[in-house]
Amino acid sequence: MSTTTVKTPPPVDGPPAGTAPAAKGPRRGERSRAGALTSHGILGVASLIALFPIAWLIYLSLGPDKDDYLHPGGIWGKMTFDNYTFVLQHTPFFDWLWSTLVVSLGTTVIGVLVAATTGYAVSRMRFPGYRKFMWVLLVTQMFPVAVLMVPMYEILSELQLIDNYFGLILVYCSTAVPYCAWLLKGYFDTIPFEIDEAGRVDGLSPFGTFARLILPLAKPGLAVAAFYSFITAFGEVAFASTFMLSDTKYTFAVGLQSFVSEHDAQRNLMAATAVLVAIPVSAFFYLVQKNLVTGLTAGGTKG
Amino acid sequence: MTVVIDRATGKRRGGRAPRPGPLQRLKHAYRKYWYAYAMTAPVVVVLGVLVLYPLLRGIYLTFTDATSLNSARTIGVNHIDATYEFIGLDNYADILWGPTAYDRFWSHFLWTIVWTALCVLLHYVIGLGLALLLNQKLKGRTFYRLILVLPWAVPTFVTVFGWRFMLADGGIINSMLDAVHLPSPLWLEDTFWQRTAAIMVNTWCGVPFMMVSLLGGLQSIDPVLYEAAEMDGANAWQRFRNVTLPGLQSVSSTVVLLGIIWTFNQFAIIFLLFGDTAPDAQILVTWAYQLGFGQQPRDYAQSAAYGVLLLSILIVFTSVYRRWLARNEQQLAI
Repeated sequence: MSTTTVKTPPPVDGPPAGTAPAAKGPRRGERSRAGALTSHGILGVASLIALFPIAWLIYLSLGPDKDDYLHPGGIWGKMTFDNYTFVLQHTPFFDWLWSTLVVSLGTTVIGVLVAATTGYAVSRMRFPGYRKFMWVLLVTQMFPVAVLMVPMYEILSELQLIDNYFGLILVYCSTAVPYCAWLLKGYFDTIPFEIDEAGRVDGLSPFGTFARLILPLAKPGLAVAAFYSFITAFGEVAFASTFMLSDTKYTFAVGLQSFVSEHDAQRNLMAATAVLVAIPVSAFFYLVQKNLVTGLTAGGTKG
Repeated sequence: MTVVIDRATGKRRGGRAPRPGPLQRLKHAYRKYWYAYAMTAPVVVVLGVLVLYPLLRGIYLTFTDATSLNSARTIGVNHIDATYEFIGLDNYADILWGPTAYDRFWSHFLWTIVWTALCVLLHYVIGLGLALLLNQKLKGRTFYRLILVLPWAVPTFVTVFGWRFMLADGGIINSMLDAVHLPSPLWLEDTFWQRTAAIMVNTWCGVPFMMVSLLGGLQSIDPVLYEAAEMDGANAWQRFRNVTLPGLQSVSSTVVLLGIIWTFNQFAIIFLLFGDTAPDAQILVTWAYQLGFGQQPRDYAQSAAYGVLLLSILIVFTSVYRRWLARNEQQLAI
């Protein structure tokens, strides 16, 4: 916090009158006025930096000409939603939406379904091979795209699954499944073990305990895992741009690039499409954001 | 049969009385653990089919001279069988100490290390700073928090295109620099500025995650500790050093590890920011992609070899990191 961006004004008057009976200096948590102003200043600048690129994208998307991003001043006078109507009517926008949804939802459903029992098992049971298994789950998180890309490409072309939604879903499952298992383990860890014990005492098998007691309690965790795998599949670029060949099967991540080819750069349409994609995703993100981090660092933040 | 909730037993393995015969043990293990194995089976199967098998095949490919010209392919109705040959460790030798090894591998390797270190450092420092600010009693902090999370909420491929508009020669950033009479660099063309731009964009994208995680960590520190420290006369810096930082240890070590892995493997930002216009700003991951899919003929074998090298680097790093944490008696939060 050495970078203070706002000049701290001299302290004006004493502590706000009428609240604390005796002024005994700022207590912990109540900063002095100058300190608060500094904090506001830094946070304000940071918020501006966070907001600006997105706001700018939205602004540019209102300019009708493809080179308007170079003369942003001109957009002010001729703002229009033409780009949006054009994108919705004359580009493969809805094809891309369909592919993106098919691939992302497919990945999410398979990922969460397959991973749920495993997350429970590694949260509650210690079995021979446990440590190795956890290590494998961790290692799959660090696979660079390059490592599976070539062999996957070979295998999928043998199976005629290139340019096929199912092929892409399979590829994404290779990361989504271990990811979900990992996340769900973290969430199951936060559910008290006494619940399992109670279930066992009442004569439920481990499967019964899992299905009847734990799963209903774990709905928020499942939602977080689902959201994460959805977002990961939604935003993936490398595999999507290599494995999807026909432009009606592009996902948004690939389709957006296709506005800028060697011949033509329709940046205004690109901006409009980007905004159309970003707004629903970000809105959804805000709905669940509070739960997101607990999913990843559940064990640690418990303290 | 009671396998559920025996977390403690995992640690004291061995040291039991004379071990029964292997068959006996197998039967015993089966009876005791079959629930666990049945429950993990789906993931094991998926990992085996979707990860292990391709990985082994990829490793085999690295010992061959496979390119898109000699791999199995179908042209029209004709199917051409693969004709590539086994060439042993030649690919690795060529990458690591071949004639142009420095230009192809080591220069990218160095830049990847610098990129990872700088990005994660920036993520962490800025993230921690903002988290500390947001952890105070401050008017409107929920509002700030919502805005500051925004870069994380927007899909990366969207934000990168936004940044490309801004960084273009004649884009808003250079116009602003011009307006205050500062030199306007060619962000998307000059190697040094390309690298700077990549770090900037990645920092912008990565800070929110760090900030939110560390904020979670800060909120879980017991306020009593701060009061005690204050009673003992610790000043703000001492409280930060001796209460905040230790309290954040397990979250920090986790998010730093995740950050390193993610940044090292960061594909989308560099790929989308520059396409194939920036040979020197490519990190190893995007470089490997270029070799395998961004050129003609596609060099599958070398691309796969890069992939294997990258994975090995990360595995070695993570093992060392975990061991180092264990020696300092810290634990990953994951």
